Amino acid sequence: MDRSGTMLFADLLGRAKTRIMADWSAELERANARVPGRVSTQELVAQGREVLELLQSAASSGDSDPTSAAYSRLRDLLAEMSRARAFQGFSPTETATFVFSLKKPVFDAFRTEPDLSPDAMSAGLWTATTLIDGLGLFTMEVFQKSREEVIIRQQREISELSTPVVKLWDGVLALPLIGTLDSERTQVVMENLLQSIVDHTAEIAIIDITGVPTVDTLVAQHLLKTVAAARLMGADCIISGIRPQIAQTMVHLGVELNVVSKATLADALALALQRIGRRVVSASPAPAVRASA
Amino acid sequence: MDRIPILKMGHALLVTIQVDMHDQLAMALEEDLTARIAATGARGVLIDISSLEIVDSFIGRMLDSIAAVSRLLDARTVVVGMRPAVAITLVELGLSMPGVNTALNVERGLALIGVSVSGDGEHDAGTEV
Amino acid sequence: MPAPRSEVLEIRASDDIVRVRQRVRTASVEVGLGLVDQTKIVTAASELARNTLDYGGGGTAAIEIIDDGGRRGVRIVFEDDGPGIPDISVAMRDGYTTGGGLGLGLSGARRLSNEFDIRSSPGAGTRVMIARWK
Repeated sequence: MDRSGTMLFADLLGRAKTRIMADWSAELERANARVPGRVSTQELVAQGREVLELLQSAASSGDSDPTSAAYSRLRDLLAEMSRARAFQGFSPTETATFVFSLKKPVFDAFRTEPDLSPDAMSAGLWTATTLIDGLGLFTMEVFQKSREEVIIRQQREISELSTPVVKLWDGVLALPLIGTLDSERTQVVMENLLQSIVDHTAEIAIIDITGVPTVDTLVAQHLLKTVAAARLMGADCIISGIRPQIAQTMVHLGVELNVVSKATLADALALALQRIGRRVVSASPAPAVRASA
Repeated sequence: MDRIPILKMGHALLVTIQVDMHDQLAMALEEDLTARIAATGARGVLIDISSLEIVDSFIGRMLDSIAAVSRLLDARTVVVGMRPAVAITLVELGLSMPGVNTALNVERGLALIGVSVSGDGEHDAGTEV
Repeated sequence: MPAPRSEVLEIRASDDIVRVRQRVRTASVEVGLGLVDQTKIVTAASELARNTLDYGGGGTAAIEIIDDGGRRGVRIVFEDDGPGIPDISVAMRDGYTTGGGLGLGLSGARRLSNEFDIRSSPGAGTRVMIARWK
C-alpha cells in the first residue's frame, strides 16, 4: 500500500504539475508578502519548481522514506536553501513554511482527481503528508544546525575581538576584559598579554576586570598564573576593577589573589605611572578647560 | 668540557645562555659564576635566557640557587628575557621562583642592578608628564 | 595521512635528556602543536627523562606521533628497570622527592600533559606515559 501510495503521488505530481506549481506559487507569494524584502517571490517560485521536479523523480522510485538515497539530491537542495536562510536571519517559521505550504496544493490536486477510489486517495494523501512532513523536519534540522554554526563562529570572533591589549603609556599596557571568562578564553587572553609585553617591552600590565560579571576558582587561578608568568618575564601586573561580589566570592572560595589590586583602571594607571617614575600634574595656571596635553 | 662564557660589564657579570644545556653544563655554570662573583666583587649577575626554548625544573632550580648564592655574596641576580611560552610552562610546572629577580631585557636588568646598588629609592625624581 | 610512527631513544646520560627534548620538539612541530603546547610537552618530557636517568638508573623514551582519526598528538612512554616507586600517590605530590630535586617532576609533568599514566611497583621498574593533543 505504501508503495502504491508513493506511485500515486508521483503520478499526480507528473500529471498535475503545472496546476500544483501555480497553486504553490500563490501560496509562496502570500507567505512572502507578510515578510517582504528578504527574498523575491520569483526566486522562491524558482526554488519551488526545482524542489517539485526533484520530489517527483524521487517519489517515482517508489520509495516513501525522505531519508533514503532516492531523496539525496532533494535533501541537498533543501539543505542549501535552509542554510542560506539561517545565515540571512530567517525565522524558523518562515523557513519551514516553504516546504509545508506545498501541502494544500497537493491535497487540492488529489481531491479533483477523477476516478480515484477512497482507498487510493487515502493512501496517496498519507504518503504525501508523511513525505512533506519529513522534508519539512529535515529543513528545520539543517536550519538549526546552521544557526548553531553561526553561534559558534560568533563566539570565536567575540573571544578574539574581546581581548585587545592596549598601550596606555610607554611601558604600560592594559587589558580590559569584558564578559564571562571561561578557561579557554582566559588562555588566549593570557598568551596575548604575555606576547604583547614582549612586543612593547612593557614593564607593567594592568588587567582590568570591571566588565567581568563573575569569577570562578578556575578563572581566578588563570589570572594568578598570568600574573606569575608576567613576573617571570620581568613585568608586573596590576589587577583593577574587582567587583565587591567577586572579591567576596573569591575570599569564600579560598582563592587568595596575592597581587597588587586597585579599585579602578584610573587608580591602576596612576600607580603604574608612579612605578615607571612619571607623575601627572595639572598644567596650571592655564584654565583647566583649555589645558592641552 | 664546554663552559658557558661569563662576561664582566662594570660591576656586573653577564651570562648569555644560547645552548640547550645538559645538566652538567648547568652545574658547571653555577660553580663558575660563584667563583667569578667572589673573584670580581661583582654587585650584580645578569643571566640572559632569551634564547632558551624551555626551562625545566632542573634549570629553574639552578637559577634559583645562583640567585641565593649570589645574594649571600652580596650580589643581585636578574634573569632576563624569559619567553612567554617558557614562563607559562614554568608556572604550570609549579615553579614561580620567588627569590629570583627578573627583567624584560639586558638593558632593564642592568638598570635594576644599578638601582639596587646605588641604594636610592626607585621613584625619587618623578619625571613630569 | 602518514602512519603513526615511533622512535625509541636510550636514556643513559644527561646528554640523552637533551636529545629527548629535541626529538619531542620535532614531533610536536610535526603534529602542529602551538608554541605554548610544544613548550609544555617538551618540558614534561625533560622532567620525566631526568627521572628515568636519576631514579630509574637509565631506560628508554619511546616518542610516537598519534592520531585518533582527526586529532593528532605526541605520546612519549618512559620505561626503566629501576627500583620502582612504592607509593605512587605520595610520589605524585608536589614537593615530594627522594633525590634532592624540587619534587616537581611527576606532578609537574602531569599538569603539562593532556594524558598521564604511571605504572610502577617496587623492584619492577617504572613506566610513565604522557600525551599532548593538538
